Amino acid sequence: MQKVYTKIDSIIGNVVTVRAKGVRNGDLALVGDSYATVIKLDQDIVSLQVFAGGQGVSTTDPVRFLGRPMMVSFSENLLGRVFDGAGVPRDNGPALTENMIPIGGPSVNPAKRIVPKKMIRTGIPMIDVFNTLVESQKLPIFSVSGEPYNALLSRIALQAEVDVIILGGMGLKYDDYLTFRDTLEKGGAMSHTVMFIHTAADPIVECTLVPDMSLAVAEQFALGGKRVLVLLTDMTNFADAQKEMAITMEKVPSNRGYPGDLYSCLAYRYEKAVDFEGAGSITILGVTTMPGDDVTHPVPDNTGYITEGQYYLKNGHIEPFGSLSRLKQNVNSLTRDDHRALMDGMIRIYASYKESLEKKSMGFMMTEWDNKLLRYGELFESKLMDLSVNIPLEEALDLGWEILAECFEPNETGLKTSLIKERWPKKDVFN
Amino acid sequence: MEIVTGYVTGVNGNMLNVSFEGSVRKNEVGYIVTDGKRLKGEVIRINNGVASMQIYEMSEGIKVGDPVEFTGELMSVELGPGLLTQVFDGLQNPLPDLAEKCGFFLERGVYLDPIPDREWEFTPAVKAGDSVEAGSTVGTVPEGIFTHQIMVPFTLRGKDWKVKSVKKKGTYHVRSTVAVIENSKGDEKELSMVFAQPIKMPIKNYTERLRPDEPLVTKIRCIDAFLPVAKGGTFCVPGPFGAGKTVLQHLEAKNSEADIVIVAACGERAGEVVEILKEFPELEDPKTGRSLMERTIIICNTSSMPVAAREASCYTAVTLAEYYRQMGLDVLLLADSTSRWAQAMREMSGRLEEIPGEEAFPAYLESTIAAFYERAGKVRLKDGRIGSITIGGTVSPAGGNFEEPVTQATLKVVGAFHGLSRERSDARKYPAIHPMDSWSKYAGVVDMERVEQARAILIRSNEVNQMMKVVGEEGTSSEDYIVYQKGELLDAVYLQQNSFDPIDAVCVPERQRQEFDKLYDALMKTYDLTDKKEIRGFFNQLRQEFLDWHGTLFETPEFDAQGKKITDFYMAKAID
Repeated sequence: MQKVYTKIDSIIGNVVTVRAKGVRNGDLALVGDSYATVIKLDQDIVSLQVFAGGQGVSTTDPVRFLGRPMMVSFSENLLGRVFDGAGVPRDNGPALTENMIPIGGPSVNPAKRIVPKKMIRTGIPMIDVFNTLVESQKLPIFSVSGEPYNALLSRIALQAEVDVIILGGMGLKYDDYLTFRDTLEKGGAMSHTVMFIHTAADPIVECTLVPDMSLAVAEQFALGGKRVLVLLTDMTNFADAQKEMAITMEKVPSNRGYPGDLYSCLAYRYEKAVDFEGAGSITILGVTTMPGDDVTHPVPDNTGYITEGQYYLKNGHIEPFGSLSRLKQNVNSLTRDDHRALMDGMIRIYASYKESLEKKSMGFMMTEWDNKLLRYGELFESKLMDLSVNIPLEEALDLGWEILAECFEPNETGLKTSLIKERWPKKDVFN
Repeated sequence: MEIVTGYVTGVNGNMLNVSFEGSVRKNEVGYIVTDGKRLKGEVIRINNGVASMQIYEMSEGIKVGDPVEFTGELMSVELGPGLLTQVFDGLQNPLPDLAEKCGFFLERGVYLDPIPDREWEFTPAVKAGDSVEAGSTVGTVPEGIFTHQIMVPFTLRGKDWKVKSVKKKGTYHVRSTVAVIENSKGDEKELSMVFAQPIKMPIKNYTERLRPDEPLVTKIRCIDAFLPVAKGGTFCVPGPFGAGKTVLQHLEAKNSEADIVIVAACGERAGEVVEILKEFPELEDPKTGRSLMERTIIICNTSSMPVAAREASCYTAVTLAEYYRQMGLDVLLLADSTSRWAQAMREMSGRLEEIPGEEAFPAYLESTIAAFYERAGKVRLKDGRIGSITIGGTVSPAGGNFEEPVTQATLKVVGAFHGLSRERSDARKYPAIHPMDSWSKYAGVVDMERVEQARAILIRSNEVNQMMKVVGEEGTSSEDYIVYQKGELLDAVYLQQNSFDPIDAVCVPERQRQEFDKLYDALMKTYDLTDKKEIRGFFNQLRQEFLDWHGTLFETPEFDAQGKKITDFYMAKAID
């Protein structure tokens, strides 16, 4: 039997308080028609965070405690569906109530983790060749607003070799959401995709639930042996929502207004990335927009300390410098014997190209070597760095050799002679 | 003893308010009983008859009125044989055992025995009638490669205790009584191989603290020669993300010449702990020939585990270190990262609604950090033996800016500062310790005077480099250009070290001395070179020769031959 309370004492921001007994921390309640969670207890004063926001809540609205924490339904029926941050269908489909699982569960025992060593192929050379994505990795895409990060995410969703894709959208523009949906439908990926979408117009509390919902579902799929890729866009909106809620609750801000537990908040979500021994895995790819291209802003900064590298999206492509996949060395040696050497060599020469480019812009004389580098840089950017390129890893490696051969003599590349003999496309140079 | 109980009156995140009757101590442990589970917590404030407790678990599901049982004991760890090779969480819960019991996830409210349930071969060290006090050895058991001393609990008060009886040499269970002691008042105490020690009380059962004057060899050239660490000293490693803090710490954990290494992974990635877990058992300790894991304890409270336990984890680690120091061993404690620990304090401070200091860190941040690092030290024990704890903490400054409170508070109390730089790691110059910004107050393995001269060249070289950026290579004199090249050479062949190369990764002190001597000699020579191209060619070749030298095994003919080749090469161009 549920008791109904009809006297709300205070409504501040999204938080309402009501006097009630026997209420458990973290439990779900209904305030009017909107869901809310218990965030604080003090004697019989219960503070509730209302998902739909405090706007329009009346002091006489009925408050019903449901006696259970926030949950989400989990089954195969989720696939192909779209929900909002509170788990309510967005796609006119039926609401799902079977097999409810709690969100925000405990973290995985480190002793049960295994060293990740399976590559995820995406068909994007800048990822596959230079900063390989590894199963169970957590990687953010650091990006300035206006960069095509959502387009990149949907391409990865379409091309990545995984079983289930879970898209968590936070503060998305409505048209971005539609683009995502249409792209995935057109690409035929919708049948193995679940979407939890919070758009910019939705209540802020729901924004903070999206990662938990997405990851709770992902965890269940992974335990069932599926390889799950979770795409989260945009985690800066998530952090901003946390900030907004913390400030309205009069928490002491630490850095640029963000709450002191921002690191823990983000880490708690990102650390859900895992490779279960004997079951599936969760890989997390998040977007973190950097206000003002400032990597020292609290959100990208804290994210960088948590994640295993980052993709740096700038001027429409993934920057070779600044981007890093910390786990790539786990897999590079297993792909093809020339992968690691070629990857390092090409980046090294690309760095020289950047220096020559700088020299050129400062009006210094260009030597023959500089001109070779400039040509190389141009080819590298157009054939490999361009985000529209979609080729498998092996083809990309071959292409890398071709570019090198087109621009340089073998001994100019700084690569091992034995490797060059084996892979150099123009064999006649050795005669 | 009467059990003090209370009930929950308020919940705010992981902080609970508890109303109680009877006597409650600050920092004592209590259990909140909710849904049939007992969740551990610690009293951190008592105000108007209400105790504020931080709980070491997630607080979901706790309701007002839930009963609380106080234990009367301070937050403690259990000390005894069998701690080595284990992996604990911040509260000394053995994680592999927990995994066996609970599966993939960390279930809350499950606390397991940290000391393995087994028997040990006990040899008594005292006989009936002997005087003992806190910290006295009553016997020994062999724990792996060490002789583990069974001691009188450090918290025992009074000096008039005598051994009443002690077990004969033989095999006993870890929890069985091995000795009985009594004092002049006739109080008796049964001692087993295990006892509890509060984690926030330093163990001080030694006669004096000594100056840390002996280098702790890490086999990393840049540290041992230029920025040394001493046994019993402290050092910190601040650096932005991606600069290689954790990799550097793993190298130190692997190669340091300490007896015991305790790795406290405090609020960092779980994946990194897994790497240690999977890698260390496979690696061989060069000193003993046994698995590296046999000298290692891992305290692992990763970023997604409850934040209050993170605060405890650093203290748990240092208490275990102090325990082994009491056995006359050299212990290295590596904490990664102290910033996360400080953040845990900040979160709790916020919930307590304390007045915030800089960047919302509590006002007691500095004194807490200082007190933690002060638990390091080299000491003379009561039986004359020497033991030490060296503490190395990483700091993760927000935005990579060393001006923030945690870095600054740490710099005040440590003896060496290994600042990592983004520029160096971006340029793939590893270890990315900035050679000019960093400092150390300890003596290293090579002659310090010559190290200073080498450092002067580095500084001068850097100045020339800055100048060259403006006037270009053509506007620089040959002398300056040679200085610049000398600095680059020093950086490339001595400060940088390839941790992936099996030979170069580990550089023993004697080899460091020989390599440094040769390099020093080469740096101090004047060369008969004027043309820039010629200079560049000469130093490129010299660098290549040195790098090849790094690739040869020490104390082999190849090593000596390559060393000679280098001398011949630079002497050919030198003017005396």
